[in-house]
Amino acid sequence: MSSADIYREIILDYYRNPRNFGKIPNPDISQRDSNPLCGDELEMHLNIKDNKVSDVKFTGKGCAISQASASMLTELIMGKDFEYVKKLTKEDILDNLGLHDLGPARIKCALLSLKVLKSGLYSYLSDKLKDTASADKIKEEASGLY
Amino acid sequence: MQASVINIESVRNDFPILKRKVHKDKLLVYLDNAATTQKPIQVIEAISNYYLNYNSNIHRAVHELAEEATAAYETTRDKVAKFINAKNREEIVFVRGTTEAINLVAYAWGRQNVQKDDIIVTTEYEHHSNIVPWQLLVKEKGAKLEYIGVDDNGELILDQLDTYLATGKVKLVTFSQMSNVLGTITKSEEIIKKCHKYNVRVLVDGAQSVPHMKVDLQKLDCDFFAFSAHKMLGPTGVGILWARKELLQEMVPFNGGGDMIREVHKYETTWNDLPYKFEAGTPNIADVIGFAAAIDYLEKIGMDKVREHEVDITKYALEKLSQIKGIKIYGPMNTEKRGGVISFNLGDIHPHDLATIIDEDGVAIRSGHHCAQVLMERLDVSATSRASFYIYNTKEEVDVLIKSLNRAKELFKL
Repeated sequence: MSSADIYREIILDYYRNPRNFGKIPNPDISQRDSNPLCGDELEMHLNIKDNKVSDVKFTGKGCAISQASASMLTELIMGKDFEYVKKLTKEDILDNLGLHDLGPARIKCALLSLKVLKSGLYSYLSDKLKDTASADKIKEEASGLY
Repeated sequence: MQASVINIESVRNDFPILKRKVHKDKLLVYLDNAATTQKPIQVIEAISNYYLNYNSNIHRAVHELAEEATAAYETTRDKVAKFINAKNREEIVFVRGTTEAINLVAYAWGRQNVQKDDIIVTTEYEHHSNIVPWQLLVKEKGAKLEYIGVDDNGELILDQLDTYLATGKVKLVTFSQMSNVLGTITKSEEIIKKCHKYNVRVLVDGAQSVPHMKVDLQKLDCDFFAFSAHKMLGPTGVGILWARKELLQEMVPFNGGGDMIREVHKYETTWNDLPYKFEAGTPNIADVIGFAAAIDYLEKIGMDKVREHEVDITKYALEKLSQIKGIKIYGPMNTEKRGGVISFNLGDIHPHDLATIIDEDGVAIRSGHHCAQVLMERLDVSATSRASFYIYNTKEEVDVLIKSLNRAKELFKL
């Protein structure tokens, strides 16, 4: 995938003007992770109400791909059913970003946001909902992302 | 090709990899030499010659292959000693790399000599390998780790060292002779003189300096010195720890096993002579032998010329880079004070995005925190881009880098 295809107007726009950037006070889900290879950092906050994502925000530092990916993911899940969010896949994220065929190093940048989201869901499912089976499944998905 | 003190054309011919294309048809412009350098054919052939013709374990067997292999392995030790002007060959210990050398000192010297409330002093521009081993040690001992700060010009604030030394609690001062991010050349001799007035031991990380300038250990007068072969044309997996003989004699072994012993009984063992006491197990014979060819290669060019060539190309690169609008260059601008490592940021382009874009033009640079997150915090950035030069790089390659950076600016609409 060439740089011209990666760094399209929309990616640069989300990088420079991230939507849903910020923090939620006392969120239901708060999850942070970083990519040790490049130092990208990401923290996501979510509130869940009536089985829907009632609010979601993120903060972070990193490359255009990781930050645009996080911002676009927050838009994708805002107001959505909890079940839908649980089922999100790697392909959904890459489709949403319009990024395919990223190299092995850069795909991690694109998927960091999904990894953070899934890790957050894991804690929420296991600690708050006591749904160990779903939690374990999500944990496995998160660790298998890259 | 523009003139240089080095015959670049003939040098480049010795590096087969420089002929390859990347991204289908782009000439490789390799500017990631601070991470690892390319290897000349002489080094590659020395390694394959060992495996093809005299592969054998060393020091023990009496057959001809073993004698040849032992002689070649030990020849490297002599060459290393001469290259850095060490007083004694038995002060040269082969390890896996700079990281292992520093860990060896932290373990084998540090655990015996550092006690509760003692202080170890490092600097804000160290590689993680000269921070983490000391964090482990001070945690174990209840000692303290302190940092010499970096000023806005990318140089160490040496007044802070005086303050630490005045406490009388400092056991070791450890620093890099050249920063792997800023390129700053440390005022090593000044630091070492200060420390020795207080009887404080000094470890110098020479991973970035030895490949690029003449280093004379007897003149430097430090107590421990560490560097890696792979950053100076040699193979990966070979590093050097040099330490004063009397210190090596007092130190406990790092690894126990074969070759490091004199006599082993059921409950007691006596140690082999230096340096073998610190070389347990079958070492990296092939790569140590290959390293000798790397040293020969650099000696043939001459380290003064290596440095002169790098000053020349760094000066050129700094001039050209400075002309790019929106660039921020870190570290000293005076080439007398720095090596051929240039860290920078371009507008709001994240270094990873920048490296991805210019890679398409065949330009290989490093992006990220360069294993120096403490320094990144000090510079208040999450990452930088870094171009680093060596003997085979040309000003034409710098031009390719500049052109490529301008293309990145266009893509990011800067």
